[in-house]
Amino acid sequence: MTKQVEDNRLLLAKNLVQALEAEDEHQADAILDQISGLRESMLFQEVGRLTRQLHDTMSSFEMDSKVAELTEIDIPDAKERLQYVITTTEQAANQTLTVVEDLLPISKELTEQANTLSNKWDRFLAKDMPFQEFKDMSQEITDHFIQEKNGLANVQTGLNEVLLAQGFQDITGQIIRRVIDLVQDLETSMVELVRISGGKSQSDTVHHHEPELPGPVVPGVDDKSGDVAKSQDDVDDLLSSLGF
Amino acid sequence: MKILVVDDFSTMRRIVKNLLRDLGFTNTFEADDGKTALPMLQSGGFDFLVTDWNMPGMTGIDLLKAVRSDPKLVNLPVLMVTAEAKREQIILAAQTGVNGYVIKPFTAATLKEKIEKIFERIEG
Repeated sequence: MTKQVEDNRLLLAKNLVQALEAEDEHQADAILDQISGLRESMLFQEVGRLTRQLHDTMSSFEMDSKVAELTEIDIPDAKERLQYVITTTEQAANQTLTVVEDLLPISKELTEQANTLSNKWDRFLAKDMPFQEFKDMSQEITDHFIQEKNGLANVQTGLNEVLLAQGFQDITGQIIRRVIDLVQDLETSMVELVRISGGKSQSDTVHHHEPELPGPVVPGVDDKSGDVAKSQDDVDDLLSSLGF
Repeated sequence: MKILVVDDFSTMRRIVKNLLRDLGFTNTFEADDGKTALPMLQSGGFDFLVTDWNMPGMTGIDLLKAVRSDPKLVNLPVLMVTAEAKREQIILAAQTGVNGYVIKPFTAATLKEKIEKIFERIEG
């Protein structure tokens, strides 16, 4: 009990004795009311404190089950989802690379043929071509058209495949967004847990551990401290300052 | 020119190989980390090494260290193509003896420029 409350009660008691000795019934009743009111309000305070404690305990039970659900179901679930993102993006990259590897030789071959024929054609227009060579060129042009028709059909098919392979963006975007939601839920639960536990965590002793190989720089996240190269130009400048 | 491309992601190896082919280098080989790369290099014949940094087993920087401490490989030109962009990492790679450093994502032009620069310096 605080000193102030004690003093207050003592004062009220003295006043009560005074009032009783003076036979002032009215005053004595008022003081008695005041004393019992004081008791009641203390009781209310205590009940209030206990209720709050109970509420916090109850909600921490709720928190426990929520956190349990997050760790037992949602997080393993999220790991599988992210694994699927890796698989899907890898598939799309491989699909695209295969098409490109198939088409590059076709495009190279057709380009070379077109260059050769265009040189010959210029000579023909300049009337600088013997008849026999003209006949050969005609055959080469015919062959080139056939190859071009087939080659361009392949290019068309390949480009469509590349187009379709980009569908991964939609799928992985949706999956990653779900995982972001989960991380957000987790963050809220963690903050709530820290609050319920009375903020006992000593935030000043928490150290952020940097991974040994931090990997790709995410703009706005990893490039704040200024100790990373933001572009190839940064790398080149740094290396040349080292005498490279 | 015999080139070894080392990266743990097969797609990245394919991209680098295709870019190298476009630059006229067709004799390329692949390894998925330093551990597989080192015996290949030691068995000889390679003229150029392109390596990632972050790989399981043996990292690119450890591969570079191993290359520089092997008398047969000490002068092998090494280009690092990596997402690692911390200044201290770039400095470490330079001190370990890398010949060029390209950060991912990169362009075909950047790769070409760095490769040409490396060979200019060696020939010059």
